[in-house]
Amino acid sequence: MNFDYSDDQKMLKDEARRFLAAKCDAKVVRGVLDQDDCAYDAALWRAVAAQGWLGTAIPENYGGLGLGHVELCALAEELGRACAPIPFASTVYFVAEALMLFGSEAQKAKWLPRIAAGEAIGAFATSERAGPVTQASLHTVATGGTLSGEKIPVTDGDVADLIVVLAKDGMYLVEKGAGVSAEVLRTLDPTRSAAKLVFDRAPVERLGGDDGIVAMQAVFDRAAVLLAFEQLGGADRCLEMAKDYALERFAFGRAIAGYQAIKHKLADIYVKNEIARSNAYYGAWALNSAAPELPLAAATARVAASEAFWFASKENIQTHGGIGFTWEADPQLYYRRSRQLSLVAGAPATWRERLVSQLEMRNAA
Amino acid sequence: MDFNDTPEEAGYRAAARAWLEKNVAGHKALPHADDMAAARSWQARKAAAGYAQITWPKEWGGGGGTPIQSVIFGQEEAKFPVQYGYFTIGLGMCVPTVMAFADDATKRRFVGPALRGEEIWSQLFSEPAGGSDVAAIRTRAVRDGDDWVVNGQKVWTSGAHYSDYGIVLVRTNVDVPKHKGLTMFWLDLRSPGIEIRPIHQMSGGSNFNEIYFTDVRIPDSQRLGAVDDGWKVALVTLMNERLAVGGGTGASPKEILALAKGLDAADGPLIADPAFRQRLADWYVQAEGLRNTRMRTITALSRGQTPGPESSIGKIIAANQLQDLGNAAVEAEGQYGIIADPALLPLKGLFQTAVMNAPGLRIAGGTDEILKNIIAERVLGLPGEIRVDKDAAFRDLPVGR
Ligand SMILES: Cc1cc2nc3c(=O)[nH]c(=O)nc-3n(C[C@H](O)[C@H](O)[C@H](O)COP(=O)(O)OP(=O)(O)OC[C@H]3O[C@@H](n4cnc5c(N)ncnc54)[C@H](O)[C@@H]3O)c2cc1C
Repeated sequence: MNFDYSDDQKMLKDEARRFLAAKCDAKVVRGVLDQDDCAYDAALWRAVAAQGWLGTAIPENYGGLGLGHVELCALAEELGRACAPIPFASTVYFVAEALMLFGSEAQKAKWLPRIAAGEAIGAFATSERAGPVTQASLHTVATGGTLSGEKIPVTDGDVADLIVVLAKDGMYLVEKGAGVSAEVLRTLDPTRSAAKLVFDRAPVERLGGDDGIVAMQAVFDRAAVLLAFEQLGGADRCLEMAKDYALERFAFGRAIAGYQAIKHKLADIYVKNEIARSNAYYGAWALNSAAPELPLAAATARVAASEAFWFASKENIQTHGGIGFTWEADPQLYYRRSRQLSLVAGAPATWRERLVSQLEMRNAA
Repeated sequence: MDFNDTPEEAGYRAAARAWLEKNVAGHKALPHADDMAAARSWQARKAAAGYAQITWPKEWGGGGGTPIQSVIFGQEEAKFPVQYGYFTIGLGMCVPTVMAFADDATKRRFVGPALRGEEIWSQLFSEPAGGSDVAAIRTRAVRDGDDWVVNGQKVWTSGAHYSDYGIVLVRTNVDVPKHKGLTMFWLDLRSPGIEIRPIHQMSGGSNFNEIYFTDVRIPDSQRLGAVDDGWKVALVTLMNERLAVGGGTGASPKEILALAKGLDAADGPLIADPAFRQRLADWYVQAEGLRNTRMRTITALSRGQTPGPESSIGKIIAANQLQDLGNAAVEAEGQYGIIADPALLPLKGLFQTAVMNAPGLRIAGGTDEILKNIIAERVLGLPGEIRVDKDAAFRDLPVGR
């Protein structure tokens, strides 16, 4: 039984942690938070690209490192821990995965090397209104090689070079340029940017087959596993912050970490994080081995990770007391990010529904 | 990240599987009243083949194997209808304590029969005044020549009514702080002066007992560890208890899914109710999380490591989930849910049983609260509880109810 990272993967992960500790401390995250017109930290983006991380799971013949998805999960965990303010998820978990799943040879040859090199930022545009994305929610249409419609919100839409757009009759690739305009949005997590994109007869290429919702879900399943690792990393960091603070803060003559209300709270966070970790590992296994269980495993990982990160991030603030509610303190960074990550591929309720329908299918089979 | 056996593990699994197929077939499934007889004969069969206590040394009748082999055998055995609980406390907690602290003659006398299921052991720690606070026990032992004379009461002792022997923690000194005046003994549960009274549980069964001691004589030769040093011995038992307390049994998301397909809710079958589906997903996530956490534990064992603290979360999750899920199923049955007759109920009353057993699971082997303290202190490194009784002599401690 080998249900854990291998030694090599652990080494990669440790190295990534050290790297991010040096290049992405809270000051870097705050730099993006505090500047209204800053979409991401460009220096960090370049540094991460130079490490080759963007191409971790991209095959070597497309300019990637050709490692597996477990390695990408390990990096995702560290990026989540560092609350990295870069368009990594949009570019790598969504757009690169969409290209690898559905791209033609020409599309892959054109885009994957640029993604791996950090020359192209990606965005995955699906939502058009509040609520889950369904066929009925889509009004964007493609005709005669051009696409028109509006997508809101699109994470990293304002800085993307390549946008994968879900339209009524399938997915399309759109390049930044003529027919594409972006309006930056205020969001719950300003360390990650988002935009409303308006397409007005933008030139497009088809990506994959006719059923766009099925294609979107296939990309979401893969992204869900990777996002679960970012969420797990964030949740672990929240527990660590809460613990460190509780040991240092004194009230009524002793460290608050000695009070059972705080001890049990932190124990609860720990339990949720471990459940999330175990489910994320199962998702990583399913993703890496292309197992038929992937849709169920991904939904399980996503629900567990969303719950764990939300709980850890809110109780971390609570543990910090008044200081936890200030702009200056760091707990808010993770609270914001937990909302971003829980919603970017569809809300937990949507994933719970998907989980149960997968269960029903398996039990019927 | 995979679930594959190493070649050695695969070989061990295949051999275990072959042995089980051959031997379960030859094992007579007995009617319920003879469950104990069936359990004993199955235990003896396993012992003869070295499968009874796989990690114990061969010289003590064990399998001389590794923890991962023990897990593999357990996984394979679970696929057959030969699960009996009678020996868990004895072999998991009591006998290891005897093995760690008794002299060779005692060990030679007791280890084999326990292993073969011929003799059953109980753990006599808890008392009316000492549950979570195990060290607060009051049962007194006073030295009289070569014997100790014991008076007092134990409670919640699982299986004492069918057990032969027990390990018992008693107070031998009231003038020192509570942890420093305890002594451990092994004893024959049929000794004169012992009265075992079954306790009727809220679930209807009677699996645990209260035990009264009236001038019970225990020879000093039955002492485990030094006089007044019983706390150290008890810690060995309790450590083994944490390893032995397993995971969930009974109602799981799979069963409630089956129920929901056949049960009507307000608007069609329960399985179509969005609110129910949301809850079902959460139960599944927890159950899977626990299953996969066990995979991580097994991985550590497979690599020859000691499992990390992640295995400590099992009982908290499993017991609470059983209570929650069982209750949701019972509530979904509406008025009908109050029925307790298995013959009239879906899945023979599995969910009603879960509701009635879950409270005990959240208490036995460490309450939810105590387990959270343990996670907070041992895993996260938070400060220990304030101990107002640490330095006071036991006789001066305040007593509540
Ligand atoms: C089914 C079953 C089988 C059992 N089998 C055995 C057996 O074979 N042998 C044996 O020796 N014992 C056995 N027990 C006893 C079991 O170990 C105790 O019941 C358990 O440890 C709790 O002790 P208590 O019942 O005295 O509750 P108490 O210790 O009185 O606890 C009451 C409440 O106070 C809480 N509490 C207590 N201390 C703290 C604290 N420091 N911080 C926060 N909360 C606290 C508890 O969590 C609980 O909610 C069994 C119990 C059950 C239910």
